[in-house]
Amino acid sequence: MRSVRREPPLRSDPAPSRAAYRVTRLWLSPFFRFFVRVVIPLAVVIGLAGAWALNSSHRAAVIAWVDEKRGSIADRPEFVMRQMIISGAAPELSREIREKMPVKFPVSWFELDAEELRSVVLSFDAVKDATVTLDLGGAVRVEVTERVPAILWRTHGRIEMLDDTGHRVALIDRRDGRSDLPLITGDGADKAVPEALAVFGAAGPIAHRVRGLMRQGARRWDVVLDRGQVIQLPENRPVAALERVLALQDAKDILGRDIVLVDIRRPTRPTMRLGEGAVGYLEMTRAFERGLSTQ
Amino acid sequence: MTGLYESQRAMRQIRQTAIQRGVVAILDIGSSKVTCLILRFDGEEAAPSEDIGAMAGQARFRIIGAATTRARGVTFGELDVIQEGERAIRTVVQAAQKMAETRVDHAIVSMAGARPRSYGLVGSIDLGGAEVAEHDIARVLASCDVPPIGEGRAVLHAQPVNFALDHRSGLADPRGQVGNRLTTDMHLLSVEDRCVRDLLHCVNRCDLELAGLASSSYVAGISSLVEDEQKIGAVCIDMGGGTTGLSIFLRNHMIYADAVRIGGLHVTQDISRGLGIPMAMAERIKTVHGGLTATGRDDREMIELKSDTGDWEHDSREISRSELIGIMRPRVEEILEEVRLRLDAAGFEHLPSQKIVLTGGASQVPGLAQTASRILGQQVRLGRPLRVLGLPQAATGPAFAAAVGLCLFAAHPQDEWWDFADPSMVRGPQSLRRMVRWFRENW
Repeated sequence: MRSVRREPPLRSDPAPSRAAYRVTRLWLSPFFRFFVRVVIPLAVVIGLAGAWALNSSHRAAVIAWVDEKRGSIADRPEFVMRQMIISGAAPELSREIREKMPVKFPVSWFELDAEELRSVVLSFDAVKDATVTLDLGGAVRVEVTERVPAILWRTHGRIEMLDDTGHRVALIDRRDGRSDLPLITGDGADKAVPEALAVFGAAGPIAHRVRGLMRQGARRWDVVLDRGQVIQLPENRPVAALERVLALQDAKDILGRDIVLVDIRRPTRPTMRLGEGAVGYLEMTRAFERGLSTQ
Repeated sequence: MTGLYESQRAMRQIRQTAIQRGVVAILDIGSSKVTCLILRFDGEEAAPSEDIGAMAGQARFRIIGAATTRARGVTFGELDVIQEGERAIRTVVQAAQKMAETRVDHAIVSMAGARPRSYGLVGSIDLGGAEVAEHDIARVLASCDVPPIGEGRAVLHAQPVNFALDHRSGLADPRGQVGNRLTTDMHLLSVEDRCVRDLLHCVNRCDLELAGLASSSYVAGISSLVEDEQKIGAVCIDMGGGTTGLSIFLRNHMIYADAVRIGGLHVTQDISRGLGIPMAMAERIKTVHGGLTATGRDDREMIELKSDTGDWEHDSREISRSELIGIMRPRVEEILEEVRLRLDAAGFEHLPSQKIVLTGGASQVPGLAQTASRILGQQVRLGRPLRVLGLPQAATGPAFAAAVGLCLFAAHPQDEWWDFADPSMVRGPQSLRRMVRWFRENW
């Protein structure tokens, strides 16, 4: 018996229609494909975004929303900085750094700039170098390398400590405070600190007698000894000249005599000035000799 | 004679553009199926090394898309209903494009039927002891006498197959040689103009440009005959659905082609009529149980002929395989005998080698080789198309011999008449040369 249900119709011819065929071919052409898949969506998105942003209240809303989001992230407890750790600095210096640092704790990690903080630390004279690290654990870590005072400089009624490059370290109120450091004086003396240190190093045998170095005309050094004796050093190669004087001292003990000044500004012709007693004695001796000769 | 081939020349230029663009479609329009292959040409052919030959030009291209659909509106290898044929082409082209993920604009098409007819042409010119130059080739080709190919017929192939220079025959390329008389043999294949025009119309309506046209028996020969067979002589019999094409090759050239207007569909039709079953079922029975040589066992192998008419007697019929063979065999023998007649007419027995290669979809019937060797000659073999790069496994059977051959044809077309410059076009430089000579002689 034939089934009541109708037979399924024969499968229709699967040939694409002319229009479908053309559309498929159009879709397969690369330019059209690129146009539809990239150019049109981009144009639509940019166009819609532009049209929306034309309204200034929309723009303000977007900016406010971005600020709010940024603030809510910055205020999270993970990003809060609570303290500052300073290492490598003397107590007074670290106190001063703490006072001068433009940071008020607690503060968000996002509002701190390590480079800016470092420049603040470096602005201290006593600081040679510093690294500032913002640890996410909640601490600003400042590692300071201090300048080491190498010399004292008396100028304009005050005494300053300088390091071995001549950079100012700190003010000191009394010479006795650092009696272990040599003393220099005179205008522009801080510019020639390495040279001064070399001269002090060469002073060797008479070091206990050296009171200090005096810069003359911001170009050469005078070595001032106790008893008011002065050794005038030349502008060029002062250390060699000083060693020459020391050789004279070795041979003749010139500095032990009544000599006020040794002038070695011309290394080929050292000159000395006698003290007053010595001059009187010399005149007396000469007069005596003259009397003997006239008799 | 010149001016006949303007469309062929235009097609050749379109082919050049297509290959430069890198993608071209192959359309094999047959009576039972329509196949589309999409070829991508990448760059220059690698130089043949010591171990690997030129690979028959295959190294240059790759098949990136393939599709096959049943034929519509095609009978005897000719487009019968234009709209239906167009639908078939649209279907395959769209499916192949989808597989290839690219769009093709150029198609090279093969046609199976259209009553091909072969002509042998002879032309000769006097050289006067000069060296054979390019324009001499064009001149000798132009000097061929064209036989009356008849009203409403068009030239499909016109290939120079042989050159002879002063009794030295068998020259493939006489350029640069010196002689007095240059003779050429040309093979001309004409088909019905109506079919070509229908095909062109159909392809154009699918927004494709026709970049080449070939006879499917010729391209089936290119893909199924191995090099030696093409060289020493063989015939390729392409047994299609509606037609059976045959092409004789000698010295790497096709020298004869013809088509018999009987094919595998007629076998199916016989089964359908003889057993009173629909064509689709007859086709299925033919492909699954068909054969040509009956044995005793075939009497006991029963084939059910199921149908759904409601008549129990009719719906539960059975036939033995011997009966099926009894229906198929006379028709196949008729095809082969018809082919035998055409081969005799072509003088195939005078060829140095009598190799016969059977290919095409209808050649897959079991026992064909024995039957064919009884009718056609001893040296029969079944041919399969060459393997080409990227061809899907489903398209490697003998049914796709013409499609694969068309790929090879697209990559390496045979020189045709219209590839050589028209002698009338080179007249300008020649007269200039004559003027220069006159000056040199007189001053």
